[in-house]
Amino acid sequence: MDYSDIQVIEHDVLVVGAGGAGIRAAIECASQGLSTGMISKSLLGKAHTVMAEGGVAASLGNSDPRDNWKVHFRDTMRGGKFLNQWRMAELHARHSADRVIELEEWGAVFDRTAEGRISQRNFGGHRYARLAHVGDRTGLEIIRTLQDFCIHQDIAIHMECTGLDLILDNGRISGLIGYWRETGRFVLFKSKAIIFATGGGGKAWKITSNSWEYTGDGLGMAYRAGAELIDMEFTQFHPTGMVWPPSVKGILVTEGVRGDGGILVNNKGERFMFNYIPERFISETADTEEEAARWLAGDTEARRPPELLTRDVVARAIKTEVEAGRGSPNGGVFLDIASRQSPEFIKRKLPSMYHQFKELAEIDITHSQMEVGPTLHYFMGGIRVDSDSQQSNVPGLFACGECAGGMHGANRLGGNSLSDLLVFGKLAGDGATSYVSSFEGKLEYRNEDTAHILRAATDILNRENGENPYLVHEKLQNIMQEKVGIVRTGDELREGLEKLQDIKTDIDNVCSSASPQFNPGWNEALDLKNLIVASEAVTLAALMREESRGAHTRLDFEGEREEGLTYNIIIKKTEVGMTAEKIPREDPPQELADIAYASLEDLEGGKIGA
Amino acid sequence: MERNFKIWRGNADKGELKTYSTELEQGMVVLDAILKIQAESANDLAVRWNCKAGKCGSCSMEINGRPKLACMTRMNEFSAEEPITIQPMKTFPVIKDLVSDVSWNYEQNKRIKPFNPGKIPAGERRVMYQQDVARIQEFRKCIECFLCQDVCHVLRDQDRKDKFIGPRFLIRLASLDMHPLDKEDRIPEIVGEYGSGMCNITRCCTDVCPENIQLTDNAIIPLKERVVDRYYDPVLWVYNKVFGKKGK
Repeated sequence: MDYSDIQVIEHDVLVVGAGGAGIRAAIECASQGLSTGMISKSLLGKAHTVMAEGGVAASLGNSDPRDNWKVHFRDTMRGGKFLNQWRMAELHARHSADRVIELEEWGAVFDRTAEGRISQRNFGGHRYARLAHVGDRTGLEIIRTLQDFCIHQDIAIHMECTGLDLILDNGRISGLIGYWRETGRFVLFKSKAIIFATGGGGKAWKITSNSWEYTGDGLGMAYRAGAELIDMEFTQFHPTGMVWPPSVKGILVTEGVRGDGGILVNNKGERFMFNYIPERFISETADTEEEAARWLAGDTEARRPPELLTRDVVARAIKTEVEAGRGSPNGGVFLDIASRQSPEFIKRKLPSMYHQFKELAEIDITHSQMEVGPTLHYFMGGIRVDSDSQQSNVPGLFACGECAGGMHGANRLGGNSLSDLLVFGKLAGDGATSYVSSFEGKLEYRNEDTAHILRAATDILNRENGENPYLVHEKLQNIMQEKVGIVRTGDELREGLEKLQDIKTDIDNVCSSASPQFNPGWNEALDLKNLIVASEAVTLAALMREESRGAHTRLDFEGEREEGLTYNIIIKKTEVGMTAEKIPREDPPQELADIAYASLEDLEGGKIGA
Repeated sequence: MERNFKIWRGNADKGELKTYSTELEQGMVVLDAILKIQAESANDLAVRWNCKAGKCGSCSMEINGRPKLACMTRMNEFSAEEPITIQPMKTFPVIKDLVSDVSWNYEQNKRIKPFNPGKIPAGERRVMYQQDVARIQEFRKCIECFLCQDVCHVLRDQDRKDKFIGPRFLIRLASLDMHPLDKEDRIPEIVGEYGSGMCNITRCCTDVCPENIQLTDNAIIPLKERVVDRYYDPVLWVYNKVFGKKGK
């Protein structure tokens, strides 16, 4: 099949993905006058942004006037174990409040303070109540606001359209080949710039909060086009996913439960998080139940309860409790808010958690404890981008949101992803706009650049016998779950890598029934090509980082090593296949280093970063 | 336990119920069973789903004739002997198997004038109080599953998609009309081209809403009252007869 036989759609810029980051990027491009297209695997408004529950982090200072961007920046760097790209963390902390206020101008209705301002709640790793929220459905509010706004901008929205691969001309982006889910027909998008906002690859694990869409599409396509990936070893296991019933294992339980006073308890009734406070956080964390109770009651002198330590710490603590035989009947621990807040409070602040447990587990969380355990939730790593323009090393390819790497370092704070996608969605739109406006020359399209993409996709339909794509996917999930989990060892990672090599043969031999029209089996088979890239990249990077930092824990290399702070790991495609490489970190500007390493007293007293 | 399911398979031209069987596990919802059947014996079975937790509104379908989210329908709602029949939403054209073409809904949303809060002086911030936004927050819980559109008689039985925008968009209009900051007047369209008068308050939309939004009582009836206040107030009616209709 020639590309001349397929449908062609032309835009200045094509945004791939219509979650929060994608829509925000598209809005920016359209507002700056670019002809803008946006494709999404699902229907508009269904992306994973709706699953973000607790809130969006922004130092508005409404709930605590002591908050400002510097404290947010410091929290983000500490949460990321100082491995974040300094400039990205700075931009994020500086801009997130503006982005949240902008949403209000577009119709978002956040919960209010008594003074009528946007209310903010506490979350893990954030020094102050910082998360603007709407009950526990903040992500839905954000995506609906962006959706209802973007349909009145000049954006061509192409729903249920999936990207297959990028095409390049002379080393720079010239377009993307995709297919319509409904008909299975191919489409060539000709565009000067492409913004990826494709999310992560959580579907590589068995226990995950991610939906079918999260197959690392952007990571796979970018990698094949020559883009570098960064920080792939850092995959976030959210400490609280549902563990029962088996069919819902992994579904998210918002950190907002702990932010609003929920505590974690083992089967002996012990509030075990007091035993897991890392040295770096000792001075800022309550060490008695009495102090934690005072904090919950609003005492600003009291320190934060240990349940609100960063996600990496809490997830590991839960795993340790379960392995020591102190877990709940179904292999998790207990999360208790019933004994801490009134039923009215719980139903008002956590309505969808109430609903979710009632409907799916037949548990009333206003009376009973929940059972929770870690679930793969988020990729800190992703496409390596320039901190200011969000452009990758492939000219014309931009990335934002979860599929971009660098912002969160070794661990992301809760609430920092909704702010990330707003801040960097806009910046990616800016970056693509300036790239397109200074674009020179003409892009050429050749049959040989597209023929192999189309052939690989149709081969799956034409194969008479082959592997069942669903079962291959399951096999892949088992490998990642067992060999590349929360706690890793060199031996297991090497074993995982070998098994991933084997499974590539299966992926090359998947087959599906012949009709491409809305054929989930075929779609699944196509997704596997990207999922394997994401899986291999995580495993390779995890093997190379010989220390434990943030979300990456190596049993054979315990604790943070000083050397670990001197590099980031990048993954790229070479002639010998996928390779990992350490690249040295640059020293931060003095001003940022002073803020990040300041004591709270100095920072708040204005001695630092004034 | 092995369980049989009758699932509608087909496309816009033709289709039929086919029987599939799968082994159930503890705590399963209908969507789990469908996905298991898909993986085991019907790889190309078309179904939409995303979050699997009742938050995205993708897996809308009709289960034993009831419009429902498959991810929030537990298998233990059905007795062991009860047959389970799964069909796509009827009010919209079918694409394939359990997937319907819901694009009409997206077109309706586009017809609604966007939120307009007016300008605010630079540096100032908006003030809204919780008691003033609580009621529109209820409408904004909507996950756009379109089950209310599917069950609505005006759209389903009378097929008046040309005259009636449907309950989903009446609550969206209510959320704009009752927004403390919004400055647009949408009452003329609500009674005119969106057809609020077509709704005869049978409350079927409220019954099927997976978010338990009180569409009829909290949004549609108050909107109808606003229309009545504007156009059918008897004093105003006499006034209009005598002095001619006022603008707006």
